[in-house]
Amino acid sequence: MADRIATVFMWGVALLISAVFAWIVGDLLLQGLPHLSWGFLSTAPTDAGRAGGILPILVSTLLILIVCMVVAIPLGLGTAVLLSEFSRRNPLFGRLVRYSLDVLAGVPSIVFGLFGNAFFSLYLGMGFSILSGGLTLACMVLPLLIRSSETALRAVPDDYRRAAAALGLPVFTTLWRILLPAATPGLIAGLVLGIGRALAETAALLFTSGYVDRMPGSLLDSGRSLSIHIYDLAMNVPGGESNAYASAVVLIMLLLIINALTFRAADRWLHQRITAV
Amino acid sequence: MSDNCSPAAAAPVSADSQSQRPWVQREACCATYEPCLQVRDLAIAYAGKSALRNVTFDIPRGCITAIVGPSGCGKSSFLSSLNRLSDLTDGCRVSGSVRIEGQEIVGAEIDLIALRRQVGMIFQKPNPFPLSIRENLTFPLKHHGMSDRQAREAAVENVLRRVGLWEEVKDRLDAPALGLSGGQQQRLCLARALVLSPKVLLLDEPCSALDPLASAVVEDLIASLRGDYTVVIVTHNLAQARRIADNVAMFWLVDGAGTVVEHGRAASVFEAPGNPITAAYIAGARG
Repeated sequence: MADRIATVFMWGVALLISAVFAWIVGDLLLQGLPHLSWGFLSTAPTDAGRAGGILPILVSTLLILIVCMVVAIPLGLGTAVLLSEFSRRNPLFGRLVRYSLDVLAGVPSIVFGLFGNAFFSLYLGMGFSILSGGLTLACMVLPLLIRSSETALRAVPDDYRRAAAALGLPVFTTLWRILLPAATPGLIAGLVLGIGRALAETAALLFTSGYVDRMPGSLLDSGRSLSIHIYDLAMNVPGGESNAYASAVVLIMLLLIINALTFRAADRWLHQRITAV
Repeated sequence: MSDNCSPAAAAPVSADSQSQRPWVQREACCATYEPCLQVRDLAIAYAGKSALRNVTFDIPRGCITAIVGPSGCGKSSFLSSLNRLSDLTDGCRVSGSVRIEGQEIVGAEIDLIALRRQVGMIFQKPNPFPLSIRENLTFPLKHHGMSDRQAREAAVENVLRRVGLWEEVKDRLDAPALGLSGGQQQRLCLARALVLSPKVLLLDEPCSALDPLASAVVEDLIASLRGDYTVVIVTHNLAQARRIADNVAMFWLVDGAGTVVEHGRAASVFEAPGNPITAAYIAGARG
């Protein structure tokens, strides 16, 4: 009897979660799809976004994401390697770094926005630009990326490290050829989470990359990201709802496409390294 | 004790046997009983807590030396101090002296990579890398300077034949090593150690994670290494030690830390143990 109740309860919870997800996606598709067309993706917005498309916004979004990832991935991976492989001798240092990261991960994104505005835009003189927006996002995504990469590296069995050491293989060779490939699935999961967080970000970008909706000419131009565009259309532009819905559908599709491509690329890379059957 | 040496090792080195087994760096046969490793007053402590102390004995060249004794008396710690793998463990301090072919390895500023190339190690759980079968062997070779691809391929075939895996895997060298059975994985690990032509092999309970059939195959393989390599094997299996060891060191917990209570030729330790603890342990009364 108790088993039965538990089963019903768990099915209920699972269904509830799926239902919420289906509702959101269904609402988006229902309201957004009719406005979606090739023209919407390939033209610039007019009339404050009520008409026209989102081409410059799509380009700005991708540029911001690229700046963010180009900075965050090497830094994140480097720190994760330091924490998981080299901080064993100095546990206090490791604990300090981890604690700082956990605090950073919990800082509201608007605070990152203010920091980015003060440091990148004003102090370093980058102004409202895709560069300062991407760098601010990198700061925001880094804690997430580092902690997930560290967890992935730690999950690699110590057997490999001992086997490699017993064969007289240098630490960096082991890392590059054995540990990182073995950790790849976890690393990719963290990366995808980071990309999702970066794409979804609005508050941190308001003060850093700005909301100019023209096509950016360089990384030092201001550029409006998709999430800011949605925010603007939904909040500030009367009559912009339909295009806001369409943009939201594009954002979700973009996220799905980037995730799929990332997993594919990782699979390829693993295949090359581990040459499966 | 000349029957302790395999016929191949006892036979004179002919051009023929060399070409069949080129990976072997010929060493004196076990019969001569000369020390390869000299352990003097070795002590190991973890974070200040003594795990092993007063360990003094010789390990003869070309012989199989079994380290026996109950759990927790420092056998594995002892083994990992012989290739300085103990360096990987935080708070592990090794003192005393271990000489391998006369060269001191404890505490001294030595080239760890060169040491570990000379002293191979096999672990309890088979741990091939998550690479293909071939790469498990070529990867260490490449990093120890064998840049000629053909030479590497030849070495792979030789060493796989040596461990009896060649016929089983020759058609799927590029398949993942983790797809092999446990016994095959352990033999691959042995091959991976042998491919670097070490002088000494450390085996940490190499059969205990295997089923009886695979265990027997690996055990025969280890026995066949006699004469070609100096083998040190930790085992809980007294019957196994009896079958393959030339030389035995009995570890026991004394005053909270492990030490060697008796060591010597296998025949004398098993047939006429001088120490009452050893006698009782071998008789199965304790441990």
